[in-house]
Amino acid sequence: MTAISSMRKAFVDPLINENPITLQILGLCSALAVTKTVATALIMSAAVTFVITLSNASISLIRRHMPRHVRLILQITIIASLVIVVDQVLKAYAYALSKELSVFVGLIVTNCIIMGRAEAYAMKNSVRLSVMDGLGNGLGYSWILILVGSVRELFGSGTLLGMEVFRTVSAGGWYEPAALMLLPPSAFFLIGFLIWALRSWRSEQVEQEEFQILPSAESEDVA
Amino acid sequence: MTDFLNLFITSAFVENLALSFFLGMCMFLAVSRRVETAVGLGVAVLVVQSISVPLNNLIYKTFLAEGALTWAGLPDMDLSFLALITFIGVIAAMVQILEMTLERYFPALFQGLGLFLPLVTVNCAILGGSLFMVERGYNFTESVVYGFGSGFGWAVAILALAGIREKLKYSDIPDGLRGTGIAFIVVGLMSLGFMTFSGIRID
Repeated sequence: MTAISSMRKAFVDPLINENPITLQILGLCSALAVTKTVATALIMSAAVTFVITLSNASISLIRRHMPRHVRLILQITIIASLVIVVDQVLKAYAYALSKELSVFVGLIVTNCIIMGRAEAYAMKNSVRLSVMDGLGNGLGYSWILILVGSVRELFGSGTLLGMEVFRTVSAGGWYEPAALMLLPPSAFFLIGFLIWALRSWRSEQVEQEEFQILPSAESEDVA
Repeated sequence: MTDFLNLFITSAFVENLALSFFLGMCMFLAVSRRVETAVGLGVAVLVVQSISVPLNNLIYKTFLAEGALTWAGLPDMDLSFLALITFIGVIAAMVQILEMTLERYFPALFQGLGLFLPLVTVNCAILGGSLFMVERGYNFTESVVYGFGSGFGWAVAILALAGIREKLKYSDIPDGLRGTGIAFIVVGLMSLGFMTFSGIRID
């Protein structure tokens, strides 16, 4: 494989085929919690993409100098430092949003996508590939976040990015907001349905059945 | 006393870390296929959470909060930006110590929990508990109650989910939903159920 095509593969694979959220089931805490509005989903996506790209790059850069026993501590320290940068920048320039995201910016530290990619990819691959992998995973995470955020905001309050799309009844329009969309359970339902849709389209992602249900004795007789 | 009871109920049920703040979700879904493993992880989270939240509270109040270093002659120092990196370090170190202590003195307990303890370090429910403690400004006693309550709530939730998923494996689920998909829907329904706890208060 040429260098370009392997870089493209590192970038494109995590978008759908190896999507961190729907297939690898990583980094869910934040994905579910910050999708009440599109704005918070966007900020969170940007923050995670930034952290994962830089952490992949820096971990890949020093991968040959890290003693095996302390690698996890080193990785988490690098990640935590990057997250502190993001947190401080948000507090300085987007204070209201950072209040709304509350602890979830800090929780990027324990976001398993970032640790997972550092351990599974950046430790074994060159800096350039790791950057592409980080970007790809960041974007694969982002599009799901933004999609879920858009659906929740649109149907939950009739707006997109704060702009009115459906005029709600309380503002004299026709749309009765579905309040459930703003509550936690809807995030679970939406991601569940999203996984269903993706796996119906890409049927190779369907999980194996744990138990084969045998046809009952009677139906065998009929057959 | 009723204050503490209310805080316990709020942290364990109304504001359940897993079901209303989505914390520790990755592990919540990955380790809930069987009841026995779910019990192990649930207890591990409960234990670590009950120790780490009060411990981080002490460290935050003594070293990191704005003006906390007055006792050292540095009244203008504000190290609260270091909270994140300190907390994760404290949690990782504490889990390690707990693991070694259990292995040395309670080998039977270590057999059951040993496997899950390292996992708990990267569980966002643990770090999240400490961050919520700072955000809501709990004092030491409150942080003890909060740590225990939130850990308890998480353990109850994963236990319930594992029970449901064990029954589910005999049911006929559409192909695309099998495994993870249906687990999300079940957790959504559970989260709806837990919402009915809101409004419970003891006077």
